[in-house]
Amino acid sequence: MVDPVLSLSHLSKSFGALKATDDVSLTLMPGEIHALIGPNGAGKSTLIGQISGRIAPDAGTITFKGRDITGLSVAQRARLGLGRSFQISSLIPEYSARRNVMLGLQARQGHSFRFLKPVMHDRRLRDEAEAILAKVGLAGRASVPSAELSHGERRLLEIAVALALEPACFLLDEPMAGMGAEGVGALVDFLRGLKAQAPILLIEHDMDAVFALADRLSVLVYGRIIASGSVEEIRNDPAVREAYLGDSE
Amino acid sequence: MPDKRREYALNAVLALGLLLVPLWAYWAGSPFTITVFTRIAIFALAAVGLNIALGLGGMVSFGHAVYFGVGGYVAGIAAQHAFNGETFLGIAGANQMLIIWPVAMIAAGLLAAVIGAFSLRTSGIFFIMITLAFAQMVYYFAISWPTYGGEDGLPIYVRNTFPGLNTMRPWNLFILCWCLLMLAIGAFALIRASRFGAALMAIRQNPDRVAAVGISPFGIKLAAFVISAMITGLAGALMADLSRFASPAAMAWTMSGELIVIIILGGTGRLFGPVAGAAVLVGFEVIFGGMTEHWRLWLGLVLLLTVLFARGGIVTLIAGRERLG
Ligand SMILES: Nc1ncnc2c1ncn2[C@@H]1O[C@H](COP(=O)(O)OP(=O)(O)OP(=O)(O)O)[C@@H](O)[C@H]1O
Ligand SMILES: [Mg+2]
Repeated sequence: MVDPVLSLSHLSKSFGALKATDDVSLTLMPGEIHALIGPNGAGKSTLIGQISGRIAPDAGTITFKGRDITGLSVAQRARLGLGRSFQISSLIPEYSARRNVMLGLQARQGHSFRFLKPVMHDRRLRDEAEAILAKVGLAGRASVPSAELSHGERRLLEIAVALALEPACFLLDEPMAGMGAEGVGALVDFLRGLKAQAPILLIEHDMDAVFALADRLSVLVYGRIIASGSVEEIRNDPAVREAYLGDSE
Repeated sequence: MPDKRREYALNAVLALGLLLVPLWAYWAGSPFTITVFTRIAIFALAAVGLNIALGLGGMVSFGHAVYFGVGGYVAGIAAQHAFNGETFLGIAGANQMLIIWPVAMIAAGLLAAVIGAFSLRTSGIFFIMITLAFAQMVYYFAISWPTYGGEDGLPIYVRNTFPGLNTMRPWNLFILCWCLLMLAIGAFALIRASRFGAALMAIRQNPDRVAAVGISPFGIKLAAFVISAMITGLAGALMADLSRFASPAAMAWTMSGELIVIIILGGTGRLFGPVAGAAVLVGFEVIFGGMTEHWRLWLGLVLLLTVLFARGGIVTLIAGRERLG
């Protein structure tokens, strides 16, 4: 039996009277894409926030690579290999695309207390950053400040920064949000290749993308996981159809 | 002309102007002019320090005068004990700048480590208020400590010395201050271009992103805060020697405000912003201070205009916005 890379056990989080996370347990296995779907406000981003360490759960534990990380800071978890993208692009606005990725590379190498060598003249770091940008299709945009990139380009840069960390698992919060059909298609192909590198916990509203990618699906409604299984099982689950897929299918 | 070239030209004008005017004054026999330019250099140095915290790291420290003041007291106390042969907690006095400067920097750095450890957990208005509160605490401690002058401050009868120079001569003291300022600006440039600087400037823009890639913002900010205070502390030691007086007023919140004003006028985060800002501040003080007690009112007006119409200060006005690459 293979151990999960990431597992959540009985996680709960309330905002006042609102139960945003209600006794959630789930696992992410090596090599898989586990998609988390659910209507707006179901608590998907709140869950990612707890995994990445920005939000402290009220109860429950998070285990990553066999280690309880529930008490660790955001930066500590990232250093252990949790790479995330944000639902609303969160980049360094005045830094170019290249420099955003270079910051990720610098963080991965763990050398941020260096005062003498000019980082922008570091050929190897630049080359590596540009290679990553090329992978996500941003090769021509390396020198553009991230604030001046288009929405879709910023989504891709989010992924590029996560790639730079060479994480042991990816947490992607709606990476396709606001992308055109062409962009979504390209990203679907890209993510399909990416899961060989590290498993992905994918939050996504685009159902075609989810059904094309997911090895496993969990459905979150009002903070609770109401169903979990293969794409086929979820498609045919009556509770899911009623609560979520309902009318749109 | 591209912005980068223009900025280099401006920097050269500021660095050389700051050197050549006093040189001219030296030949023309105007020690007052030299002293005015020494003040500019020292204020600029103090602001280069603050520019690391505020300009690169976005930490609006409203208590940086405390490091300036502590540097001054180190110079004053060391000089007093060198003069009277007594000791400070068993440590003999010294009148050698080469000893006093590192001690002033270490004292300011240690204080910043303590204050930073508390205040850097907060941000925004809370950070501003906490740094102010700590600085005021130290200020009130200084004015209530009679051994070292209390409210009256501490006179330095003979300036501390530097090998090969006569620091009592205005030009000699000026050239020391100018060289230290250039060294500090060089250090600022190195830090800004380094990996540390990359993380620091990123934290100013988006600390959540920096944490999400695995760099802990707190450690970077604390280190920057300490370095920043050390440079400002060095400036404080020079100021005490220039005015031959370690003054509690150097620690007052108004001084903290003036350092921030210098940075905003010159251009937040810009390499030579502190020089431009200090020149304007001291210029106003000298030109209008002689005419009216209310020269700060006019300075305030200029500050208001800067904030409203020239957000990036003098350097940005002349050389355009900075591109971080
Ligand atoms: N910091 C907070 N304080 C109070 N309520 C919050 C907070 N963060 C989220 N919520 C609430 O918790 C619920 C879950 O929010 P969350 O952002 O996790 O939903 P989501 O599933 O990601 O939705 P979407 O699909 O719109 O992104 C929402 O009702 C939201 O209003
Ligand atoms: Mg969300």
